[in-house]
Amino acid sequence: MDILGLYHYWIFAVLLMTGFFAIVAKPNLVKKLIGLSLFQSAVFLCYITMGKIEGGTAPIMGEGAELFSSPLPQVLILTAIVVSISTTALGLGLVLRIKDEYGSIEEDEIQGQDQP
Amino acid sequence: MTTLFGIFLLTLLMITGMAIVHTRNLFVAVMLMGIASLLIAASFFLLDAADVALTEAAIGAGISTVLFLGALALTSERERKRRRSLSTSSLLQFGIVGVVALIVIWATFDQPRLGSPSAPVQAHLTPWYIESTRDLIDIPNAVTAVLASFRGYDTLGEVVVVFTAGVGVLFLLGTGASSRAAGAPLSEDNAGLRHYLIPRILGRLLIPFILLLGFYVQFHGEYGPGGGFQAGAIIAASVILYALLEGEQRALSVIPQGVLLAMMAGGTLLFGAVGVAGIVLGSNFLDYSVLSEDPVNGQHWGILLIEMGIGITVAGVLISIFHAFAARATA
Amino acid sequence: MRSKGRISHDGKIRFARGEALLAPHLPHLPHLPMLQVLVPLLMAPFVLLLHPRGLAWAAATAASLMAFAIAVVLALTVVGDAPLTYQVGRWPAPYGIELRVDDFSALLLLVITGASSVTLLGGWQSLARALPSARQPYYFSAWLLALTGFVGIAVSADAFNIFVFMEVSSLASYVLIAGGPDRRALSAVFKYLIMGTVGATFYLVGIGLVYMMTGTLNLADMAVRISDVADTRPVLLAAGFITVGLALKAAIFPLHIWLPNAYAYAPHIATAFLAACATKVALYVLLRFDFVVLQHSASEHAVQFAGYLMPLAVLGILVGSGVAIFERDLKRLLAFSSVAQIGYMLLGASLVTIAGLNAAILHMFNHALAKGGLFLVVAAFCTVAASSQLEQIGGIARKMPWTFAAFVVCGLSLIGVPGTAGFLSKWYLVTAALDYGALGIALVGVILVSSLMAVVYIWRVVESACFAGEFGDDADSDSETAAVPPLLFIAVWIVALANLYFGLASALPIELAASAANLLMGNAP
Repeated sequence: MDILGLYHYWIFAVLLMTGFFAIVAKPNLVKKLIGLSLFQSAVFLCYITMGKIEGGTAPIMGEGAELFSSPLPQVLILTAIVVSISTTALGLGLVLRIKDEYGSIEEDEIQGQDQP
Repeated sequence: MTTLFGIFLLTLLMITGMAIVHTRNLFVAVMLMGIASLLIAASFFLLDAADVALTEAAIGAGISTVLFLGALALTSERERKRRRSLSTSSLLQFGIVGVVALIVIWATFDQPRLGSPSAPVQAHLTPWYIESTRDLIDIPNAVTAVLASFRGYDTLGEVVVVFTAGVGVLFLLGTGASSRAAGAPLSEDNAGLRHYLIPRILGRLLIPFILLLGFYVQFHGEYGPGGGFQAGAIIAASVILYALLEGEQRALSVIPQGVLLAMMAGGTLLFGAVGVAGIVLGSNFLDYSVLSEDPVNGQHWGILLIEMGIGITVAGVLISIFHAFAARATA
Repeated sequence: MRSKGRISHDGKIRFARGEALLAPHLPHLPHLPMLQVLVPLLMAPFVLLLHPRGLAWAAATAASLMAFAIAVVLALTVVGDAPLTYQVGRWPAPYGIELRVDDFSALLLLVITGASSVTLLGGWQSLARALPSARQPYYFSAWLLALTGFVGIAVSADAFNIFVFMEVSSLASYVLIAGGPDRRALSAVFKYLIMGTVGATFYLVGIGLVYMMTGTLNLADMAVRISDVADTRPVLLAAGFITVGLALKAAIFPLHIWLPNAYAYAPHIATAFLAACATKVALYVLLRFDFVVLQHSASEHAVQFAGYLMPLAVLGILVGSGVAIFERDLKRLLAFSSVAQIGYMLLGASLVTIAGLNAAILHMFNHALAKGGLFLVVAAFCTVAASSQLEQIGGIARKMPWTFAAFVVCGLSLIGVPGTAGFLSKWYLVTAALDYGALGIALVGVILVSSLMAVVYIWRVVESACFAGEFGDDADSDSETAAVPPLLFIAVWIVALANLYFGLASALPIELAASAANLLMGNAP
């Protein structure tokens, strides 16, 4: 169980930084938003992993189940998922407007148009 | 067995993540994001988070993919080719990213073991939540109890976030109806896929069932995975499917923009009103126990009403955003 | 035990038993922390549905003024007294979410609601000109949502709840900035969106790690439970993530790069509002975390804060002031000046003494007054000027003498001239730094040099406005009263006079700041 647990957090670290890399290194605006989405998904994985208990089940009480994984991280991540999609939607709306105004969604081209 | 499967899923996820960043074809990247969402949802399911898995699948793999594809259709599908150079700035970026990842991994060795019952997360607040859900709220799904009642204020904040996103997109792009000339004939563009027989027939068969699933998820959230957010996303998905198949104008005549605005505002106000009822009836904001003679019954009413408010707002916002995106295509 | 009426230094009894004094008139006093958030929150969906031009603005202004009234009552109740707490849903903390208004929150609430009210009050014509008319309800709804987010952060005592309202305020701020008619507003907002979301997500990671090690999200509970695990790696990592995340949002050097463009291209009135409070709210959360939650974590706290943040504070002060000197656009000039001012606040906090914190917190209030006033004057100038470029406002002082006078007053407050509010916080900062020994002398040097730089860039504006030729043509003979909208003129002068009042009279903000500093350093009132 030890390695599996650590593996979850290692994947969290890798995904977090993969998404972050896409955000800083890729000039295409949509790619940045995709990276942002990936970056946030990694955080979800971290929280949900915290909530798991050995030998437990989902926190829905029914017959027979006695030990439950914690509902709190799940609630937090439900909220975080919705926040993430809201940000993505607003970001994509901005991208559409930028495309209309600048004709491009590549960051360096946009900055080039702004400079002179 | 499940541990091996878990490791397999996570490794696949990591590979997908790297592929997403690496590919220059944005359509491929969006599709891979959908796959990554499903892999994450499956991992959530293995980690006993059924509600979250449903939400991640509906919103991450579903709505998010639709929005990205819509944006891609209106912009471009490929990133511009860059000269592959190992410049100092890209080395610096790799460097920082690598170092931070290693630091996070370094920190994992001090963390409580996965699944440990004595971890602070399990030991401190969780037992109270589980017991109180049984005693004070009396519904099987503890996640809904925490989401809607114990930490209902956070959920109100969440609905406000969704509302804000709706307001924002509508401010930036205009509503679907306003950016079209009044009385424009049903042209090729906004006729949807009406000329394709198979999608239309399948759509006509599926849309009612999707709607039914949406309503089921809305009202079943207390007993199993589900609730307002997932339901709102599913219902929005059915309307979006209808709009894709039958065309924008048809969809806007079925659910006009005014109704959508009313849904956006009304759902949030419903949630707020239930909370204010708590104050008016002598207790604190969002205390549902005073909504009825029997506190437990009051909790049930409170949860039912706010989940409805959530579902209405989420559906209204997501459909509005879709129409706003779609209107740009015909403009 | 609540304190009985306290005798202030001028011999009068003030704020005697705040609650007892006000309670007979306000039966809903206990609900005020909740109402502070609810008023803008519930008005926002209403405003969306108000289509007649101007009605949306009026409703938003009314809601903002109501929120300001609530903030004033809260401040009067709480100053020097025990904080007001509120359990949402009647669930006890840490199981439920708790609201908590203490001196620090109360001061911030005054800043936020005051800034929103004054800028909205004066802002109708300026905003109506910048925004497409059909979309005004959306904009004012977003304004109220931003207000909701900011006050929601200020009253919350739960770490995750702060995150949720932080995202509300951020998304709404993006909309406010994107309303600018200049297309560069869009690219500025996109950059802000990316950086802001990364910051919020880092914050989320940080509180996740703290949650993992303590099992709780309530700030007070965290402070208690974290002492057991203070030296573990996840907690150290969490401190790092939280600090970096909030630094991004607070525009602390070098993570400030989103700020100049965002402030420059937003509608002028929105810039006035955001410049007064947006970054301060993030700094507030940072100080709360660093002093309330993480303070007990290891003896190294003082070293950590000073070690990492003081150099950044100094750099922010010098770079911000330096770049401002060479800027040709008035709004960008003031934006870079804001980066420097945030540096002052951070410098005070990084001294990790009561005096330093006092200076930092008071400066949050005073800077809001000064910078808000300056940006409001820019809005007034831009009712007649073609843009906010320094060339375009040449000679405007003759056309609008009184408005320009307000600019001078706020500018003096920014520099820190005695008699203005800005002087008080700078003075406190200097005295706090002097307690620091040899390093302190160097810090005082930095403060003096940057104040001189402020003189330079304010002088550049004054020079341009007074001496750089005639403004407009002779045919355009509008007097000042005709050119500047009356409400905007009134708003400008309310702020300018406030700068003088709070510099000369010892008043509520000073008491609040002093109590807040005490609170953060661990001595409860």
